[in-house]
Amino acid sequence: MNQTWQIKRPESKISSTLLIRGGNVVDPANNFDGVADILVIDGKIAAVKPEIKFSADYEYNAAGKIVTPGLIDMHVHFREPGQESKEDFLSGSKAAVAGGFTTVATMPNTSPVVDNAALVRSMVKRAEDVGLINIKIIGAVTKEQKGQELAEMRDMIAAGAVAFSDDGHFDDNAKIFLNALDYLHETGKIIICHEEETTLVSGGVMNEGKRSAILGLKGRPTVAEDIAVARDVLLAEYTGGRVHIAHISSARAVEIVRDAKKRGVKVTAEVTPQHLTMTDDLVNPADASTKINPPLRTKKDCDACLAGLIDGTIDFIVTDHSPHAPEEKDREYIYAPSGFPGLETSVGILFTELYHKGKIDLKTLISKMTAEPAQIFGLNAGTLSIDAPADITIIDPDFIWTVDAKNFYTKGSHSPFIGRELKGRAVATIVRGNLMKLNQF
Amino acid sequence: MKFLIGVSQELAELFFCRIIQAGIDKIEGVSFLESVNLLGRSVVALENFSAEEIRLVLNTTRKMKQIIRRGGEKKLPNLRGKAIVNLFYEPSTRTRTSFELAGKYLGADVVSINSGTSSIVKGESLRDTLKTIEAMGVDAIVMRHKAEGAADFATKIVKPIIINAGDGAHAHPSQALLDLFTIEQRKGRLAGLKVAIIGDILHSRVARSDIYAMTKMGMEIHLAGPKTLLPRFFSFDGVTIHEQIEGAIANADVINVLRIQLERQQAGLFPSTREYARVFGINEERLRLAKENVLILHPGPQNKGLEISSEVTYCAQSAIQEQVQNGVAVRMALLDLTLNGGGEK
Repeated sequence: MNQTWQIKRPESKISSTLLIRGGNVVDPANNFDGVADILVIDGKIAAVKPEIKFSADYEYNAAGKIVTPGLIDMHVHFREPGQESKEDFLSGSKAAVAGGFTTVATMPNTSPVVDNAALVRSMVKRAEDVGLINIKIIGAVTKEQKGQELAEMRDMIAAGAVAFSDDGHFDDNAKIFLNALDYLHETGKIIICHEEETTLVSGGVMNEGKRSAILGLKGRPTVAEDIAVARDVLLAEYTGGRVHIAHISSARAVEIVRDAKKRGVKVTAEVTPQHLTMTDDLVNPADASTKINPPLRTKKDCDACLAGLIDGTIDFIVTDHSPHAPEEKDREYIYAPSGFPGLETSVGILFTELYHKGKIDLKTLISKMTAEPAQIFGLNAGTLSIDAPADITIIDPDFIWTVDAKNFYTKGSHSPFIGRELKGRAVATIVRGNLMKLNQF
Repeated sequence: MKFLIGVSQELAELFFCRIIQAGIDKIEGVSFLESVNLLGRSVVALENFSAEEIRLVLNTTRKMKQIIRRGGEKKLPNLRGKAIVNLFYEPSTRTRTSFELAGKYLGADVVSINSGTSSIVKGESLRDTLKTIEAMGVDAIVMRHKAEGAADFATKIVKPIIINAGDGAHAHPSQALLDLFTIEQRKGRLAGLKVAIIGDILHSRVARSDIYAMTKMGMEIHLAGPKTLLPRFFSFDGVTIHEQIEGAIANADVINVLRIQLERQQAGLFPSTREYARVFGINEERLRLAKENVLILHPGPQNKGLEISSEVTYCAQSAIQEQVQNGVAVRMALLDLTLNGGGEK
């Protein structure tokens, strides 16, 4: 079967009215779940109700499919500026469309680091120029993400930054991190934290456990994550600042966040499909596809992450889409960079491994990809409310496909999901009323 | 085997495993090893080797050792016309030289590449270096590399046979095979022996390969070293971990003393070489805890006075020099079996 995607650019004919017929609409923001039609007029939601009588310019038959608010991914690396051989805003946007994502937030660990208003402004402009999806810009917490001096975060907010992060590594300097929380306190902006205590993971390439012990690969222990999460939760509690735990992966760290939330600490957390479904048993030192930070953990950690996702300890799902150029990943495990692209496989993995196996209900799953990240970061997205931007994702829950790097829109080539047969994928992605879909649909 | 008729599959397998471990390769004139063949196989790690395959290597090594020792003309025609490249990304004396001599004794053309004097210093990727060597028409690449998994990675990239001469802390199969061979020559058997492996287990490819090789041959393994040099979460059937050296060497038939790299002290893994030697060094006094005829192994190069005392290195039970000679024989066996199938020529 030909799985080539055809993404229509916005400049191709946009229907000014679009009617999505008969889909199973799941809109957690409005607590709606049922068969309905959705009418889109001029890029906005005009109506969501059964059997709308309207002669639209274009009708999409969504019978048997799931229709949700456009999916949100608050943790992607689109590598602009400076690392365009890994990904750029266009290739990343296409990957997002192919995966059903209408809004993403890009991490600032680029070259140069997005740590000032001028860069944020130019990235916002660049996002508009590419224009396929909504790209939000996350700024750095410290200059060059070096953890030494605060970056001009207020200026970056004025330029459009939605949050701040020194993602890629942990900020060792607790005083600077505390200052950042204090400094941002009044703005209500969130700091997204990569939680692995530096000295404990130095040189490590996989989870420290039974598998690393027998392979001889240097480990990154869970305790490094636990210590970092504990510190940042305590600093959030002490300052009243807002901390968001990026890609949580350790069972103990989930517990720490759960306890903190019970005490009323302003902490939120995210998890990736890979940390929900894959373990370090899959690490093969001859193939760097599985190399990510934090690393793939154990079954116990996966289960704890899933439990945390379901009980609300973990607020939403991200992909941590981290593409690298093929030649960078196609080398010795210890030398290959960490990360793999996730936008195009997220829905497939989550439906196959969680939804179809009865581990999570549809409404919770969709909420964790739409309403919850939107609400936490104050985005005008993640809902099918009347007059909201018409960002909509149509998912065929039963569509069976095989992950093949040849069909990727991302420039990233290595993913541990390659070769997997998945059930469920986004079949159409609508951004501000612009319908983009697979060739065969 | 007639006498195994009616026995369950599981029991029959156990029986074969035990007799292979015991060094028996023939019953009623029928060889079990006839169907075992390593022709065309890469040697990446011993986890992929069966007890029968290990036995085949040991038997072939015995023949090779006789050839080395008979004096006079050593050269065999077995690998005439074959080309072998030694690709070493890390320094090595004994492994590289013994592979080189092993290839030459078998009549192959052997070229050694050192990372310091090749395109590797110009930033050529491992993939491209391997492809370049392959394009020159070689039959086998003997490879040492700092990265765990590098040899296995190589098997996925190029067609020539890959012989792993050490990949990071992962595996060093030819070393483990020569350890087995040395032990069997001295002790007359493998199964049932208690082996203590002492020192920096965490960073040791020798320990990891020994563990697979020795447990497959029915030996009991005890690991010991300071806890900072023991892998956390390590668990393996037939292997016991000790934080005190005495527990590991008590009653041992074999002690394999691993090299302690001096960088480990700078990395904060132990406070001083002096204290290491006092608490974990193998000296004559500690040796008394082991069996009287305990065999001492060391993969080399040694830090005398640190992990092992001079008296122990040169004592009668020490087989450290023999290991070196056996290293050539084992590597001849591996090259002959993988490139030539082990047959006469």
